[in-house]
Amino acid sequence: MVRKGKIGAFDVVNFVLLLLVAITMVFPFLHMASVAISTPEHVVRNEISFFPKGLQFNALQAVFEDKRLWIGYRNTIGYVILGLFISMALTITSAYALSRRGLVFYKPIMLYIVFTMMFHGGMIPFYLVARSYGLIDTIWAMVLPNAIVTVWLIVMRTFFSGLPVEVEESGRIDGLSDFTVLTRIVMPLSKPVLLTIGMFYTVAIWNDFQAALLLLREPNLFPLQLVIRNLVVVGQAGDVLEATTKDGQKVILESLKYGVILLGCLPILIIYPFIQKHFEQGAMIGSVKG
Amino acid sequence: MKQSVFYRIKRNKVYLLLLLPALLYYLLFHYIPMFGIVVSFMDYNLFKGIWHSPWVGLKHYRMFFSNPDAWLIVRNTLLLGLYKFIFGFPAPIVLAILFYEMRWKKFRRFVQSVSYLPFFLSSVVLSSIMIMLLSPSTGWINKAIQSLGYEPINFLQRPEWFRTIYIASDIWQSTGYGTIIFLAALAAIDPQLYEAARMDGANRWKQTLHVTLPGIVPAIVIMFIMSISGIINIPFDKAFLIGNAGNMDTADILSTYVYRIGILGGSMSYATAINLSLGVVTFLLVYLTNVTSRKVGETSLW
Repeated sequence: MVRKGKIGAFDVVNFVLLLLVAITMVFPFLHMASVAISTPEHVVRNEISFFPKGLQFNALQAVFEDKRLWIGYRNTIGYVILGLFISMALTITSAYALSRRGLVFYKPIMLYIVFTMMFHGGMIPFYLVARSYGLIDTIWAMVLPNAIVTVWLIVMRTFFSGLPVEVEESGRIDGLSDFTVLTRIVMPLSKPVLLTIGMFYTVAIWNDFQAALLLLREPNLFPLQLVIRNLVVVGQAGDVLEATTKDGQKVILESLKYGVILLGCLPILIIYPFIQKHFEQGAMIGSVKG
Repeated sequence: MKQSVFYRIKRNKVYLLLLLPALLYYLLFHYIPMFGIVVSFMDYNLFKGIWHSPWVGLKHYRMFFSNPDAWLIVRNTLLLGLYKFIFGFPAPIVLAILFYEMRWKKFRRFVQSVSYLPFFLSSVVLSSIMIMLLSPSTGWINKAIQSLGYEPINFLQRPEWFRTIYIASDIWQSTGYGTIIFLAALAAIDPQLYEAARMDGANRWKQTLHVTLPGIVPAIVIMFIMSISGIINIPFDKAFLIGNAGNMDTADILSTYVYRIGILGGSMSYATAINLSLGVVTFLLVYLTNVTSRKVGETSLW
C-alpha cells in the first residue's frame, strides 16, 4: 500500500515498533551464537549480549566431538528422507484420486478422512496401538504415525482439481492412462504446491519430538530433537563438560548448551532465506477451505 | 441416467487402488486408536491386553472427577488456553497492520523475514532457548534484571511465571508467520476506499480504524473460529519441556498429566478417560462457536 504524503508521527512510531519487533526476533539467535563462541571469562561475567567477545571455539569443538549429536543428526536425516517419501507418496496418490470428477464413493471417503480432523483417540490409545503394531524402537515409529497431514492432503486435492481439464484431455488422446495422467500431467503442473507441501512435511518430521519420546527407548535411534532435549533440558550436557575439562580445556556449560541448540537449528537458519517464499505460500494455501 | 455402482467402481478402479494406502493409513493410525478409547472403560493391563482386561464401566471417569487434582488440571489447561488466545490472537493482526502501513518497503521485507523464522523452530529448540535465557544464574534476562538493581527471579521454578513464559514464547514464535494470512486480506482492500476516507478528512489513524480493520473482518472471523479449539487442545511438547517439579502447580495441563499418569505411571485406562473427557469438551466448544458464528457473522468453517 503506497500512500502519498509526508512522513508523519504515524510513520515514525510504526518504524520504531517494527524495529523493536525485528530486534526481539533476532536477539535470541545472536545471543546464542555469541555465547557459544565467546571466551569463558566473558561468558562467566555475563558480558555477552548481541555480539561475541574474545572469540574461542572450544565449546563448539566439544559439541562437535560429542557422538550423540551426530547420531541424532544421522537419524533425523534418515527419518526425513524416508518419511518424506512415504508422506508424499500417500498424499499425492490420494489427493489425485480424490480430485477426479465423479469419483465413486467420493462423499463417504471425504467424510472418512475429514472426520479424523475432529476426533482422535488421544495419547494412550495411540501409544497402545503403535505398540501393538510393533513400532516401538523402530524407524517406522518416526515416519508412519503422522504420514498424512489431512489439511495438506485437502489442499493438494483442491489444487489438483483446479487444473485445466483441457490439458488432461489432450493427454488422454495421446494415450495416457489414469496413472500416467498423474505422473506426466498433474504432477509437473503442480510443482509449486508439491514443493511447498514437501517442505512442510520435512519441517514436521525434522521437528517431531513427541513420537520419539513416546515410542523410542534405544539411544541409537534418537532423533536430533530428543538428543537436544536430553543435553539441554535434562542437562546431560554436563557429561560433555566433564569429558572436556579432563583435557585441560576451558569450556563453560552455558556456551556448550548454546552450541548444542545452535547446531540443532543451523540447517533451518542456513536454508531459510532460500525457501522462505514457499513457506509464505504455504501459509496461504493452508488457509484455503477444502 | 445413473450408472450402476459396479460399473462405476470398475471404471474408477485405478483411482480406488491409488486411494487404498491412504485409507489404510487412516484406519490404522486414526480409527483403530479411536476405538482404543474403550480401554477407558476397563482396567487395562498391558500383559492381559485389550481382550482379557476386565470391564469396569465409568470407574475411571468417576475417579477423575472426584480427584481434587482434576480441577487443578482442567483449570490450568483452560486458563493457559484462554490467556494464550486473548494475548496471542490479536498479535498477528496488529503486526500485519504495522507491516501494511510501513512505507519503507525494504525495511518491511526485512522485518517480515526475520519474524517468520521462529515459526520453523522445533518446540525443543524453542524451550531450550527459553530455559537458557531465563536461567537464574547465567540467563541474559536475569542479568538484565540484576543490572537494573533487582533480585534475579527463578522464572522456571515459579508457578506464577509459567503462563507468562509459555505465552510470551508462543507469541515470539508464531506472530510473524500468523501475519501472512492477514496481509493477504489487507492486500485485497480497495485503495479507493482510502481515497474516499481522505476526502472525508480522515487521518492515518482514522483510516486504519475505519477502512483497514473493517476490510479484514472476514479473515479475522475465520481465524477466530480456527483458534477456538486451541483453547483446550494445547500441544503437549512445550508444556512438558518447560514444566518441572517447581512450576507444576500451573504447568501441569491435561496432556502432560495424561503422559505422566498413563505412560510414566502406567494407569492407561485412567489416563484415557481423562483424555476422552477433554476431547468431548473440545468438540462441543468448536461446534458451538461455529454455530454461533454462522448465525451472527454468516461465516463458518463448514
